[in-house]
Amino acid sequence: MIGSRERKTLNPEYPGKKSVMKNPIGNLNKVFDSRIRMGVMSVLSVNDEVNFNDLKQLLELTDGNLASHLVNLEENGYIRVHKGFVGRKTNTTYSITKAGEKAFKEHIEALENIIKGMK
Amino acid sequence: MDSQHQTLEALQDIKRIMERSSRFISLSGLSGLSAGICALIGVYFASAWLKEYSSGELGLETLKYHLLFLALAVLFLALVTAFYFTWRKATKNNLPVWDRSSRVLMINLLIPLVTGAIFVFALYLKSEWRLVAPACLIFYGLALVNASKYTLGDIRYIGILDILLGLSGMFFSNEGLLLWAIGFGVLHIVYGLIMWWKYDWKQGKENA
Repeated sequence: MIGSRERKTLNPEYPGKKSVMKNPIGNLNKVFDSRIRMGVMSVLSVNDEVNFNDLKQLLELTDGNLASHLVNLEENGYIRVHKGFVGRKTNTTYSITKAGEKAFKEHIEALENIIKGMK
Repeated sequence: MDSQHQTLEALQDIKRIMERSSRFISLSGLSGLSAGICALIGVYFASAWLKEYSSGELGLETLKYHLLFLALAVLFLALVTAFYFTWRKATKNNLPVWDRSSRVLMINLLIPLVTGAIFVFALYLKSEWRLVAPACLIFYGLALVNASKYTLGDIRYIGILDILLGLSGMFFSNEGLLLWAIGFGVLHIVYGLIMWWKYDWKQGKENA
């Protein structure tokens, strides 16, 4: 579970000292350290709009677990939330933002650079 | 080194999730194979009935109903067996059969396919039935090309071949049954075997 205290330091625009120390390659994004948030970004970067249940099924998660990570990603401005209805049931869908696309791409590149650098 | 291993694992996870969420990967090669065999059996019956018709043993109306019933039966059998092998592959790999990827695949497959079905039904009603076989191939080919973005990309090629076969059938419409046998039978079987070899057999060996 991610508390609000931690969230502030996770903001990618102002990375806390912790992340710089932990990752010698500064481009690694702390937000995507969590496998769940990384999974959500992976899904949303190749699909236009995905609803909550599909995300849950794809990433094999429980409701509460996924929800908190989605809030985190939204607060970072990486994903956009659309609340809609299908009949009477709520249907919440998520899509990636331009900032999210950029941040995730940089994160993948950083990961690739680590692999390349270590060869 | 441990962190290198973790980094590599993270990259592989990203790739796997991207693939799994955007494409339905459980499509089995055996599905293609079984659909092709159903089609060839259908062609066998149809050509026998057409012979009986040309020798005067079968009336035109009876022939029409026979063929319509045969077409529906072949379609039904092909779908059931194709679905079975794909369902089997998905359960074997512990993947859901009905999820977002298969839903998106179905929608994109069905748009050209239903359009084609209605189109062909109109041809049948208006007795333009020399164009029925090629029209089936064209719309089926378009459906596969459209759906290839949402499953194993290889079905794009069989789609393009079906479109070409169908188009040539529009000009040489007496060869309808032959084109049908090639397009729905032979192509499916060849494709099914290749896919089964490429994705199921080889991977099964690697995992063993």
